[in-house]
Amino acid sequence: MTSPLQQKLKLAGPAVVTANRLGDGAVIYRTGTGRWTTELAAAAVVSTTPAATELLAAAAADKLEAVDVYVAPVRLTAERHVLPGNLRERIRSGGPTVALPGTG
Amino acid sequence: MYLYDDFDRTLVAERVREFRDQVGRRLSGELTEEEFKPLRLMNGVYLQLHAYMLRIAIPYGTLSSDQLRTLAHVARRYDRGYGHFTTRQNVQFNWIKLAELPDAMADLARAGLHGMQTSGNCVRNITTDQWAGVAPDEIEDARVWAELLRQHLTLHPEFSFLPRKFKIALTAAAHDRAAVKVHDIGLRLHRNGAGESGFEVIVGGGLGRTPFIGKVIKPFLGKRDLLSYVEAIMRVYNQYGRRDNIYKARMKILVHEIGVEKFAREVEEEWQSIRDGALTLEDAVVAGIAGRFRYPDYATLADDPPELAAARADARFRRWLGNSVANHRVAGHAIVTLSLKPVGGPPGDATAAQMDAIADLADRYSHGEIRVGHEQNLVLPHVAQRDLPTLWRALDTLGVATPNIGLVSDIIACPGLDYCSLANARSIPVAEEITRRFRDLDLAHGLGRLHINISGCINACGHHHIGHIGILGVEKNGEEFYQVTIGGRAGEDAELGKILGPAVPYDDVAGVVEDIAAAYLELRERPDEIFIDTVGRLGVEPFKERVYAAR
Repeated sequence: MTSPLQQKLKLAGPAVVTANRLGDGAVIYRTGTGRWTTELAAAAVVSTTPAATELLAAAAADKLEAVDVYVAPVRLTAERHVLPGNLRERIRSGGPTVALPGTG
Repeated sequence: MYLYDDFDRTLVAERVREFRDQVGRRLSGELTEEEFKPLRLMNGVYLQLHAYMLRIAIPYGTLSSDQLRTLAHVARRYDRGYGHFTTRQNVQFNWIKLAELPDAMADLARAGLHGMQTSGNCVRNITTDQWAGVAPDEIEDARVWAELLRQHLTLHPEFSFLPRKFKIALTAAAHDRAAVKVHDIGLRLHRNGAGESGFEVIVGGGLGRTPFIGKVIKPFLGKRDLLSYVEAIMRVYNQYGRRDNIYKARMKILVHEIGVEKFAREVEEEWQSIRDGALTLEDAVVAGIAGRFRYPDYATLADDPPELAAARADARFRRWLGNSVANHRVAGHAIVTLSLKPVGGPPGDATAAQMDAIADLADRYSHGEIRVGHEQNLVLPHVAQRDLPTLWRALDTLGVATPNIGLVSDIIACPGLDYCSLANARSIPVAEEITRRFRDLDLAHGLGRLHINISGCINACGHHHIGHIGILGVEKNGEEFYQVTIGGRAGEDAELGKILGPAVPYDDVAGVVEDIAAAYLELRERPDEIFIDTVGRLGVEPFKERVYAAR
């Protein structure tokens, strides 16, 4: 599988910039104010390739907080809620789809 | 158990100090991710979908009760209360924080555990039969040879930057429980016509995107030549293995491309230049390593004691005894396999509470020793038969006495897309659903030996190619699909499975397995013809017809 990091950037729909947090690996998203958040709802959503490229470049320049920065697809609901754009991103956002041992 | 000496302890402790420094420099920004990544990988630290993952080696699958308690401690203190036992006799923690990794590693090091060479293009954890040292069908304890190789190849400067990762497995028993034919080097200890024991050397096996069954390049290698011959193989691979294409870099591709005869000639030529040198294993060296393995002082006991005979009146116990308990080389003792495959649960996972409790049971009933098998189950290798009824009750309470070893619900599966950044599709929920469909133990036992292996991507960590039924997750237009193979097998007669037909969607996978099982029950000649033999006799077609007739 081609890593999202190696994919040529060409937006087919709304997207966010995401990464893993250096300290604990948690999934984080780039906000419109140049910060990182663990909440997908607070992520900056871009819809054009130039906008995504710009957001990605700014995010990737942050070498201290974020690791493996890339552009991920999202879906927007009619109410403009932001949802992960595919299963991989749904799992990154919401965690494993199975009960963790000891919690079931 | 193998007892570490001062050299081992110092080496592991120094690595922890080194890694603590590296983590500190990464967190401060002194090291970039590009600089840090190869350093963390050398210690088994991956960045997965939603957290760091730490992989710890369990050399030749042998754990002491104290080591298992340490794993429980790490799971509880640094992770989310569980660990995952893998197909390569490793354990993985899925939620560990980078900043806490050095402390976790220091705790592990105190118990002689580490993540060195569990990642990167080096010789990975050397695996062997989880029944080594206790199996009635073995020539000798394969772990001695695994340990010699481990010591020689750990941090070996010439082999720390190979073209690609490198996997070695050994067996010394009549039945191969270590899947040696699907490793870069497989070593099978056997006796020649003169009654001497030595190694059959198999090379170029492997799964992944280009699977191959290994080929024999030396039918009989004297034991004293083990290190020099392995060194010669690795030198040939290191010199000729491709570094320009990661997908062509494994030794199996080299063996395939230049041909096994030429590969064998190259190895022989290299070996002739180094054999009888410093790497020759003199008897005293082997004895020194063997002497650091401690074996239990077994009580003198008779087989089939009265306690066992009485307990057989309980049908549940009887079923577990027939399924999960194997003969031991010492009279009055048994090998007990603990199923980490509960109905509806993730294959190979154990909670911290289970690990602690199993460690206590190992102290009480198995001379403080536990084994980890590539099938992702645990083993208590030294149990007195008279203790089996009591042990069974305790294991049953813990949820690790499901009598499904080797059956349809004893599924081998990788973590898949629920954890792994390489995966295309999920493995765990597929496995969980299949176990729910076959939760009826009468049905599972009626089906007999049937191995299902699931991988969430072509890298094949779930060894799907050698499952009697193999399931490979793929992605098609953003949806999960699963390609099903049948007829694969590990062991001495290893074979790759054949594709059954078009890939099926996620929701259909368990139904396909049910259809295959139903077809088998119809097609088998007699109840003791196991699934894989029915497939061998009839081929894929009759199964394909039944599975796809309604789809």
